[in-house]
Amino acid sequence: MLQSIQDYFRALAETHPHWNFIYLYDPVQAARIGEGLVMTLELSVLCVLFSVVIGVVGAWLQGSHLTWVRRFVQGYIQFFRNTPPLIQLLFFYFALGQFTPTYSPDGWLEVPVISNVGWAVISLSFFAGAFNVEIFRAGIEAVPESTVEAADSLGMSRLQIYRYVLLPLAFRVSLPALNNNLVNLVKTTTQAIVIAVPELLYQLVSIYNDYSTAQNACMVLMFVVYVVLVGILVMGMSRWERRLRIPGYGG
Amino acid sequence: MIRTRAIPGIGRDPTTDLPVLHRCSPVGAGLAADLAFSRWLGSRSPWVLLGLAALLAAWPFLAHAQSGYSTARAFEALWRWIPFLLRDGFAFNILISFVTMAIGTAAGVVLGLWQIAPSPWVRRTAWAITQTFRNSPWLVLLFIVMLTFPFEIRIGDAIVPIPDWMKAVLGLALPVMANVSEVVRGAIQSVPTGQWEASESLAFSRRQTLWRIILPQCFKRMIPPWMNWYAILTMATPLVSLLGVEEIVTLSRQAMEAEDNHPELLMPFYGFALLVFFAYCYPIARWTIRLERRFAVKL
Repeated sequence: MLQSIQDYFRALAETHPHWNFIYLYDPVQAARIGEGLVMTLELSVLCVLFSVVIGVVGAWLQGSHLTWVRRFVQGYIQFFRNTPPLIQLLFFYFALGQFTPTYSPDGWLEVPVISNVGWAVISLSFFAGAFNVEIFRAGIEAVPESTVEAADSLGMSRLQIYRYVLLPLAFRVSLPALNNNLVNLVKTTTQAIVIAVPELLYQLVSIYNDYSTAQNACMVLMFVVYVVLVGILVMGMSRWERRLRIPGYGG
Repeated sequence: MIRTRAIPGIGRDPTTDLPVLHRCSPVGAGLAADLAFSRWLGSRSPWVLLGLAALLAAWPFLAHAQSGYSTARAFEALWRWIPFLLRDGFAFNILISFVTMAIGTAAGVVLGLWQIAPSPWVRRTAWAITQTFRNSPWLVLLFIVMLTFPFEIRIGDAIVPIPDWMKAVLGLALPVMANVSEVVRGAIQSVPTGQWEASESLAFSRRQTLWRIILPQCFKRMIPPWMNWYAILTMATPLVSLLGVEEIVTLSRQAMEAEDNHPELLMPFYGFALLVFFAYCYPIARWTIRLERRFAVKL
């Protein structure tokens, strides 16, 4: 069965040189795509985690009593929201990357402590985190004042109120907006190609750079994989949203 | 040191049997030892902190001051290139964003109206197109359009070349179209059904209802999200540099090459690109928020 599929596509590549589905019969290319997919997923998961952490911490800092802390967070949000993620990646990797310390595994090479994948994670997390701060802040504002006062009257500290009362409620309120942003983040991971992070798009582009006849086939796969990947994510997220919706909040 | 702090009365015994009072100190939460650093930071004057931040920010420059090519010279180089980067680079980004937005909006409005068409087949097709292009990354669409579309088309005997940037515009217009379509659909559906029923009872046809009653009300509501998408689109225009269209990132790279590729150039040049985009997009964002507030639907 598998053999016949491979033979079919090998024959197709012979007769139709524009439709060389090389990744369907060449295990080396298939492995490259697999690696790319794993890297994309890895990058997405790490960025989602870090950006949510940044969002939670940022929203906490925005409720600070100190004006300059609030201003600093506001400045961070506005800067990252209003500049292109592509240039952020370039800036982080090329401009800030030169100042990171390097280590030498064999006495000859100089390897920077933070690799390009590391910088992609940092840069994309900060990018998505800026949106998450605003999203969580809006969610926190939606929690009624009286709930916070009730918690306060039970003798909880500010941190306890945030952890046990505000955040769980705010999280459920802000889940739809958060999911939108996380889906957007997964789509933005493709831009890591600019600093040569070997994710899916990078691998597909390098496959058709190696085998120019595979260009159309790579385009098809590129489109299908991302639509399916994001589609699954969107569906899963909206199911989760419906499950966690607070009755009486929002339509 | 990790200490679990349970909630008094829930996780541990209540600490007092007095009636419940509000805490009197606004900041005094947690242990003094845990907050020592924050307290110390908080008690400094803002100028000390600014100074510390400035020192941290300047550290890379100081570290590199010893090397041959100084940061000052890198900034001098940037200064020389700024007019070129703005005129030939950023202006082109703006042009791309204008043309893309025009095409994307026109297509998006049509698609959005199809999404509320009476015929279920039209509606479903429009929905599928919208979701597909909304869910695919911009860069992927850009790659596909740039590399699969022909670089010239033959109309009769004449050969019409299609420049790269036109294809880039088309590639960026697809996701814009899908998102504008959602904006239009959302705005139309935010108009209460009573309006539709009222106009039907006044014997308006469907087309008349849509154009004379529903759309004029939606128009205001569509402006803020539309502007938001314009800002997002503008921030996506540097993507076309990956495919060789000459805009600000491409030209910055070329300028750095012309200046002998000193690593010190990277920070000023990319930093400048960031600042230019910020200067353009931030006012749009502020304006969008203002309009959003003004046009907010009052319930």
